[in-house]
Amino acid sequence: MHDMPGYDYHIDIPGTVLFDGTQAMKGYALNKMCYDFNKAVNRDGFKADEEGWMAKYGLTEPQKDAVRQRDILAMIDAGGNIYYLAKLAGIFKLSVQDVGGLQTGRTTEEFKEYLASQA
Amino acid sequence: MARILGGITTSHIPAVGNAIQKGLHDDPYWKPFFDGYPKVHQWIQDNSPDYVINIYNDHGLGFFLDRMPTFAIGAAHEYRNEDEGWGLPALDPFPGAPELSWHIIESLVADEFDITSCQELAVDHGFVVPMQLFWPGAPHHPHMPKAVPISANTVQHPIPTLNRALNFGKALRKALLSFPEDAKIVVLGTGGLSHQLDGQRAGFINKDFDQYCLENIVHNPEELTKITRQELVKQAGAQGTEFLMWMMMRGALGDEVTEITRNYHIPISNTAAGTLLLECA
Repeated sequence: MHDMPGYDYHIDIPGTVLFDGTQAMKGYALNKMCYDFNKAVNRDGFKADEEGWMAKYGLTEPQKDAVRQRDILAMIDAGGNIYYLAKLAGIFKLSVQDVGGLQTGRTTEEFKEYLASQA
Repeated sequence: MARILGGITTSHIPAVGNAIQKGLHDDPYWKPFFDGYPKVHQWIQDNSPDYVINIYNDHGLGFFLDRMPTFAIGAAHEYRNEDEGWGLPALDPFPGAPELSWHIIESLVADEFDITSCQELAVDHGFVVPMQLFWPGAPHHPHMPKAVPISANTVQHPIPTLNRALNFGKALRKALLSFPEDAKIVVLGTGGLSHQLDGQRAGFINKDFDQYCLENIVHNPEELTKITRQELVKQAGAQGTEFLMWMMMRGALGDEVTEITRNYHIPISNTAAGTLLLECA
């Protein structure tokens, strides 16, 4: 790797999307909506009108689709950062292990077994 | 002048906060984790620190991507723990130590660490869970030390290098030792060890790498500065970069330390949980 590859410092680690400047630019609207879910009033606003709420934050079409489909990998691909997405997952009542299972094609139980298998 | 008693590291997984609230200490899933703490409690009781420097990483409560400080130092009279989006009840505020905060800020900036100072800072599980683990009942533990939070960015790359983290800790040591008060200080490094929450590699844990880090951080932390940030993501997982907090803590302890206790357990939630107590010479 060159010392200065322009603004794109992306590196390739299989199964991992590094949240860098490129992703941060791409995901800003989605991440901002999710950050605001720290406040209950915003969680209630989203629950009452998902489409309206996503429009209010200016989500891109791929971001909206990913949210509609509850597709975590697509949210990440659209620039979502897992720490903010975790707040959205909370609204959907998904645990961290549910989210892990959804991303890896495992049931939640299988995902827990996978974690324990690495002890 | 102030004195640094030692440093304590721990994982700061949100689920731990729930387990504490529900009193699951003897539950079979949780016991191997909570068994790591009685020796820490004893050491704290024997040494009764006046101040705690809590080095943690914010996860999207205190800071957002609109402005993301690489290193931020709290300078508030108290620190509020707020809803992180899951509606959990917030604890009462933790008492701060603004005079010590400003002393650290002055000293670090003089040493050319261009930190961000924060007179208001909401603290999340990264700060709170370790306080609850080390001072049961926090913030209402009878000997609750006053806190200075220090947060490092691990949300968004570029994150600091391991070398920078260790050097930050060394500069922090200089700051603390020059604080003109006969006070006892403990330094926390929270987060880690290996884990990854996102992507097809979610659930990744790396016991060998964690053990390597645990071995070296005690007496040979300089060795760990050879690990690049990319290597850290690869080996520790995307969120295992929180090991930077451990490096910052270690830098603050000086060369000579004695290991008092250590615990390592897989898994707690998605994480390899690690605890380490190092006493300064």
